[in-house]
Amino acid sequence: MVSATRERRILWVTLLLLTTLPGFAQLLGEPYLVSLFSRILIYGLAAASLDLMLGYGGMVSFGHAAFFGIGAYVVAILAFHSAEGSAVPLLGLAGTESALLAWPAAALAAGLAAALIGAVCLRTGGIQFIMITLAFAQMLFYLFVSLSAYGGEDGLSMWDRSRLAGLDLGDDTVFYYVCLTLLVAFLVLARRLVNARFGMVIQGARQNEARMQALGFPIYRYKLVCFALAGTGAGLAGALIANQTEFVSPGLMHWTRSGQILVMVILGGMGTLFGPVLGAAALLLMEEVLSMYTEYWMVYLGPMLILVVLFARRGVYGWLVGGDRD
Amino acid sequence: MPVAVYTDGWWAATVTEPLLKVEGLNKRFGAVVASRNLSLDILQGETHALIGPNGAGKSTALAQLAGALRPDAGRIEFAGRDITVLPGHRRARLGLARSFQVTSIFDAFSVEDNVALAAQAHDGHSFRFWLPARRDRRLRRQARSLLARLGLLPQAEVCAGTLAHGEKRQLEVAMALAGRPRLLMLDEPMAGMGSGGTLRMTRLIRELKREVTILLVEHDMDAVFALADRVSVLVYGECIATGTPEQIRRDPLVRRAYLGQG
Ligand SMILES: Nc1ncnc2c1ncn2[C@@H]1O[C@H](COP(=O)(O)OP(=O)(O)O)[C@@H](O)[C@H]1O
Ligand SMILES: [Mg+2]
Repeated sequence: MVSATRERRILWVTLLLLTTLPGFAQLLGEPYLVSLFSRILIYGLAAASLDLMLGYGGMVSFGHAAFFGIGAYVVAILAFHSAEGSAVPLLGLAGTESALLAWPAAALAAGLAAALIGAVCLRTGGIQFIMITLAFAQMLFYLFVSLSAYGGEDGLSMWDRSRLAGLDLGDDTVFYYVCLTLLVAFLVLARRLVNARFGMVIQGARQNEARMQALGFPIYRYKLVCFALAGTGAGLAGALIANQTEFVSPGLMHWTRSGQILVMVILGGMGTLFGPVLGAAALLLMEEVLSMYTEYWMVYLGPMLILVVLFARRGVYGWLVGGDRD
Repeated sequence: MPVAVYTDGWWAATVTEPLLKVEGLNKRFGAVVASRNLSLDILQGETHALIGPNGAGKSTALAQLAGALRPDAGRIEFAGRDITVLPGHRRARLGLARSFQVTSIFDAFSVEDNVALAAQAHDGHSFRFWLPARRDRRLRRQARSLLARLGLLPQAEVCAGTLAHGEKRQLEVAMALAGRPRLLMLDEPMAGMGSGGTLRMTRLIRELKREVTILLVEHDMDAVFALADRVSVLVYGECIATGTPEQIRRDPLVRRAYLGQG
């Protein structure tokens, strides 16, 4: 068993470091760090949402970036129509740049897409499940490549970040704190969820589906809701990444992006929620540092991952809290 | 093969409808016939043993009754209701509980979690996202009283995967009991238990007999003859005899097909 106090201490220390990061960046004269860490928080959110279904529900999705991309596109498309003064096709609604409207819409749209895709994928299992989630994500990728009204494969730029009453999201530091707040809120909610009755059911389904059925749980339903909630979280992360870069492109939902998010979860520690955030930090920082020296940084990443999987089965997190004994 | 059904004995006097009624069940796996025109009545309150050589189709029959396998043909009625095509989880909610021949528990959960989750299955839906399940008094109390009954209370906090084999078998039974089932189906609960464990399990089932209808698949003939009110003998997927233990022991067909061999 993991030491709970040590776990808590690590959480608080990390939170403290993240809270004070913009101050340090200013002291160091490296304002770039603030936007780098915004990215880390956003990918951390995407990875934590994948962990919900992967680490707890045992559903290995290789298409999580689809929901990340959908969230990003919803924000960018709503902003595009708002700037153009036109109506959103199919829906007939006006666009918007308001974060309070666009971000929940992004999360909802991604959650809905996840519910639909999950309803099909969850009819399968094992390798089939991995392949079919990948296939759906690639379908969405090509769908957005073909949407020339929104830039096709060139993507779509936003004029500005979303507007949030009283806050200037254009300021990197303000935006950073908004990302941090949303990430912490997501982690708290997800933590409650996995320890609640719902969480016991999805964890049970990961360990032994036949037993769950025999006990009387209609597990398909629970897994589907878990899948949809994971998609919702990824959609929110997508809304944030669109704002961070003020640009969206189909690359956001490419299978390599799904793979990257998957690696963050495994690297950070599956089934820990917070671990994947550390995984996102580790991966993005490694990428940042290694890519300064070589454009073939991916070559070094592979062996490192293998080492993590071999020697720290619960990833960076397991290594930190010393709970790597199972 | 001719089918012998004995009609005397105490159960013949019971006029109650059978709790479980199986008619003409058929199931094949390729060339293997696992159930052949299998018909079976389990009466309310009885302990009914299902015996037969390895590969006779006992576990397959249980899986079809529990809803984990769909029969090719036949009809299953439980408490007067046709459940032939009802999914397994719905059957469990109706009060059909089972244990598995190959131990089937949640290895990563604590022993208490295992039973509490079983209790949770019978306590409304589980779309509850906020309150910690491990601090749910109702579920924990149920889990603890079942563990106490099975003598597993000292291991409540232990990771279920690390239990000894016999304890895992007991945990399975505790989980099956959690919903206060109307029919308890046990698939070789004594398998691999050793004499001490077998004795303890026999004592437990004798106690359970008084409160729940039991369908017991078991290899240990001493246990079967000690516990069962009636016995059905399965050979090549077919039920060749049903009767009291005494009648089964004397049945020439059974002796030839099964008991004589062992
Ligand atoms: N899933 C399956 N696929 C193919 N054959 C099976 C399957 N399950 C059981 N069988 C076969 O069906 C027959 C009955 O098996 P089973 O019900 O396990 O017997 P028992 O429990 O009486 O020992 C055996 O010949 C077994 O090999
Ligand atoms: Mg068997």
